[in-house]
Parts: sequence; structure tokens; C-alpha cells
Amino acid sequence: MCQTCGCSITPGNAHLSMDQNGNRSAVIDVLQDLLAANDRVAMHNREHFDEHGVLAINLMSSPGAGKTALLEATIVALGSRYRIAVIEGDLETDNDAVRIRAHGVPALQITTGTACHLDAHLVHRALHDLPLSGLDLLFIENVGNLVCPASFDLGQHRNVILLCVTEGDDKPAKYPVMFRAADLVVLSKADLLDVLDDFDPARAAAALRALGRETPMIHTAARRAPALGPWLDWLEQQLAWPRAAAPGLPAQMAAPVGA
Amino acid sequence: MRLAFRNRELLILINNWESVVHELSVCQALLAQVVEIATDRGASAVLRITVEVGPLSGVEPGLLASAFEIVRAGSCAAGAILLIETTAITISCLICGAESQTAPNRLLCAACGGYRTRVVGGDELRLRGVELRVPEARPASTA
Repeated sequence: MCQTCGCSITPGNAHLSMDQNGNRSAVIDVLQDLLAANDRVAMHNREHFDEHGVLAINLMSSPGAGKTALLEATIVALGSRYRIAVIEGDLETDNDAVRIRAHGVPALQITTGTACHLDAHLVHRALHDLPLSGLDLLFIENVGNLVCPASFDLGQHRNVILLCVTEGDDKPAKYPVMFRAADLVVLSKADLLDVLDDFDPARAAAALRALGRETPMIHTAARRAPALGPWLDWLEQQLAWPRAAAPGLPAQMAAPVGA
Repeated sequence: MRLAFRNRELLILINNWESVVHELSVCQALLAQVVEIATDRGASAVLRITVEVGPLSGVEPGLLASAFEIVRAGSCAAGAILLIETTAITISCLICGAESQTAPNRLLCAACGGYRTRVVGGDELRLRGVELRVPEARPASTA
């Protein structure tokens, strides 16, 4: 007799599976993703971005890798040609949003309080206060964390992950779930490579490749001597691509490498 | 064990948890799904919950189990058993076609060493099924 799905329970023998109080136990197959509710809202967000022709980029890294500095330098470089807005995710303070607004770009701060990641619901709520009309590019700066944000689709078109050269070059091997989700890996603060002898970009690239992805990796230096060429080129390429090409798919699934 | 969410200590516990792990968020989503299914079926209690968790899902089974202890309190799944089935990472090589099992940070083909691979198993994060206690409206008398 099948013990798992209840297929052998008939009107004739149903009483045998009941307890003394006439309760029946029912086994139900579900097979639903645990984050289905988040993914539905993420898809809704993505449709919203597509309707307005906005490219949404989810920026992730560990804390202090230079996400906000990269955004500031990007706004300076591209702000006159593209209309940009930023959603900032932090546990506390609106410091990052203030920095972005100082460049004349709308920025909306989500303070997550204690939550270690943004999810699609938080972004959806933020979109009520951030008009998308007329925008070209929306950056969502996620909470600095290389673990939790990887599991939550926000509705973005592309995932960009910063790997700061002051971190280890084995970070992709240590955080495979996060780095697998990347459409682009940015080696940030690369101007420090000259004085760091323990970060080998080739080792970082090999660790990234071992995740079964052909994710491009570029160098940036957003602060002292802004070196952003490859980053800006990549952004302009993404802006030129038709964004509704694969509606409903997370960015990393929309363009699988080698598939 | 029944705990009220109004309990201040428990709230502090939950808040501290959430700053450290996202498994709590995942578990809250799990419980919401289970409660919805139980309500739809008129169940009086949830007896068992089975989930599949792969190493590439980004969710740690042990932390999910601990989060469940907190989240289930006061719900119809308060007495439920959570069964977590962990899956192995299986990749399929897009070049030579070989299938192999591997580690999360080494998704390279075991046969040819190529990196052009596709994950065919090991990224699951899903509710497989639930077992409910359903009060019988009418005694079985049709036999």
C-alpha cells in the first residue's frame, strides 16, 4: 500500500486512515518554489521596468567594496546623457541616498532595519515613491552582503557584483551562489592592485570560471583616478539591448553563458 | 511548544536572526504557503512538511530547520515535522554531454574539464508536499 500520496485510500477504506476523532490525514504534493511569492512580485517589477523602458541593475557586493562610489562616478560620467535613478538598500541611515542626491539624481533609501537583503516586495514598495517615467537606468544598490541577496530576485535585468581588490581573490569560490548570479563582475578599487601583492586577478577569474559561467570581469577605479571605460562601455551595451527580450526570466537565466 | 509572537524576547530573537540569516525570510515564505494550503483544504493541523533544498539554492538546511522552530510558533503548523531533503549538485556538460556530480564552487565537467555546463540539479528550493490533518465532515458510510 502506498504510504506517501494517499492514492490507495478509497471511499471503502477511508475510515481505516482516520484517527479516533474522525480526522483523516491527507498528503498533498505541492512542488512549488519557496520563494514563489517573491518571484511573482519580481516579475511584476520587471514588467513595470519594461513598460517604462528602464534598465534595472541590481548592484551587489560585500560592505565597503565601493558600490556607492561607483554609482557616483557613473552619474558624473553618464548623467548628462541618460536619466538615472537609484534605490539604496541599507540596514540603517540614508547616507548613501544623500550622496547620490548630491549629484542631482533621484535616490530612494530603503532602510531594511535588520533584514540582510532587499526582496522584491521592498523594491515594489519603493517604486510607488519613485516615478519611472522618463528614466533610462535604475540602479538598485543592495545591502552589502555576499550571501543573502543572491536568493532574492528583485525584478532586475542584470546583476552586477563588485569584488574589491582588498578582498581575497578566492571570493567567487567562497560565495559561489552569489557569483553564479552575476552578469558582470567588477574588480573595484583596481588602482590599489599596484600596492597589493596578494590579489591576483587571474586567480579571481579562474575561480569565477569554475562556477561554470563565462561572466565578464572588468576593472574599475572610481575614486582617485577615475578609470571607468570598460564599465561605461558595458552599461551602454546593456542600454542598447532590447530589454523585453526574455520577459519574466531573471537576468542570469535570460542570457545563460554557453547555452 | 506554543509561543506568542507578542512575546518580546521572541521578537528580539527574530530581529537578531534576520540580520544574520535570510533563512528566516525563506521560512516565513514557506509557512505562508503551507498555511494557505492548509486553510484551502480545511485542515485542522499540519502534520508534516517536506522541502527540497539544493546546495546552490543559497539556503543552509540547518539554519532553515532552526528558523522553522521560530516561525511555526502559534500557527497551524506548530506541531508539524519539517523534513528537509538535500539534493546533490548535478551538472550536464554542454560540450561532451557527460553528467557529473560536483561541489558548489567547482561546476566543471568531470569528464572533459569544460566550464560550459548546465546545472540540472542542486539549485532546488521548493515545497515538495504537506501532510494535513483534515476533519472528516461525514463518516465514511458509502462502503
